[in-house]
Amino acid sequence: MSDVSPPAPHPPVTDWVHDFDHTDPRWTEDPFPIWEELRAASPIVHTERFLGCYMPTTYEAVREIANDTEHFSSRRIIVRDVRPEVARNAAPPITSDPPVHKPAKQLLLPPFTPDAMKKLEPRMRAICNELIDGFIADGKVDAAGRYAKYIPVRAIAHMLGIPESDSDLFINWIHMILELGIKDESKLLQAVQEMSAYFRTHIEERRSKPTDDLISYLMNARDKEGQPLEESHVLGSLRLLLIAGIDTTWSAIGSSLWHLAKTPGDRERLIAEPGLIPTAVEELLRAYSPVTMAREVVKETTISGCPVKAGNMVLLSFPAANRDPAMFPDADKVVIDRRENRHAAFGLGIHRCVGSNLARMEMQVALEEWLKRIPDFRLDPAGTVAWSQGTVRGPRQLPFLLGKAM
Amino acid sequence: MTERLRVHVDPDKCQGHARCKALAPELFELDEYGNAHEAGDGTVPPGLEDKAWLAKSNCPEIAIDVIEE
Repeated sequence: MSDVSPPAPHPPVTDWVHDFDHTDPRWTEDPFPIWEELRAASPIVHTERFLGCYMPTTYEAVREIANDTEHFSSRRIIVRDVRPEVARNAAPPITSDPPVHKPAKQLLLPPFTPDAMKKLEPRMRAICNELIDGFIADGKVDAAGRYAKYIPVRAIAHMLGIPESDSDLFINWIHMILELGIKDESKLLQAVQEMSAYFRTHIEERRSKPTDDLISYLMNARDKEGQPLEESHVLGSLRLLLIAGIDTTWSAIGSSLWHLAKTPGDRERLIAEPGLIPTAVEELLRAYSPVTMAREVVKETTISGCPVKAGNMVLLSFPAANRDPAMFPDADKVVIDRRENRHAAFGLGIHRCVGSNLARMEMQVALEEWLKRIPDFRLDPAGTVAWSQGTVRGPRQLPFLLGKAM
Repeated sequence: MTERLRVHVDPDKCQGHARCKALAPELFELDEYGNAHEAGDGTVPPGLEDKAWLAKSNCPEIAIDVIEE
């Protein structure tokens, strides 16, 4: 147990344009009208909260910042109340800037190509069906807590070569880092220490008994000079793979099912035309992008005509960019057969999500298997949908009634 | 007279989103890192023109050119 008392909640926002706060409950519940208000005011808005933070509100401003690694550093990638010293090898390559970014990224890319994901697909289908077997007879389910949540965690556990049965342990660490850690540093540090200790044990085991998984892959990786990676680099990348791959895709699958539960027309169309599911997945990723990243301004510059000063953080909202009507016609509508879709759900520029091919495969398989076995479902009017707060947005509680409405 | 199309991926812009490979697998190939390049010399066989335009309009990095020859 931590002896640190819980942090004081932030004061409520009364002026979104000059005082925005992405941890405000109204943002958590329904951010879309807030983003619209911010976008109408300026391509870049600023808040004094979080020790000073900008937010680009248009797709173009988000693209400019994502592609500008000279003025915007990735050394801090979560907007928080505090700015403690930056740890070396925090989570490479997501926390790396050029020139060290590229080799760290290239190391992680080969295990995540579309072809590599195809090999994992049968295991994913089996996992989805095992999960469905666990609740289909009940007639109701929390689809976030009993389905969406366990698909990505089991996938990445499988790839890392750690027990799928440790899933709840991983999910708790992620909650401590990405949600509680925004306002309580001690929770974040505790989770990072526990994760490192966990991975050290698995690394030790593999020294005598090498395995065919991502932990052994990173242990055996060599840099340009033929040297093994420092232990802190291996641990940082392992923490990243575990954190980045779980509540992100959990959120994307959950939001997709939430949309389909309340949109019978789209559901019926995907059942009749399963070939449309990959296109629909892209649109659901656009409309309900889970991941907001951050940058730190390290050199003064101008973005979309607005001055941006060093020392501030940037809330890099790919979800808000994806709702920009200047980029996407009918941006606030889910058009499941949208043909042109340059959405930025997996980021833009050099930090494009390493796991995007994995996430896409998981979403497709999760929706295909669900719709095959549960063609009819709807939100349970007796339950409440609850959304996560902060950096990754998705339903954490998603009560459904299964079967045709009586 | 039908025009001939050619696709080209700018390797400096491509970040490996792999949308082109998903939408037009005949026209693009991925390297070991998942970054895309055009298949062969990029010539679009007759009947695949629509896929070439689709790949271009779904590339988040605006890395694909469709050249009309």
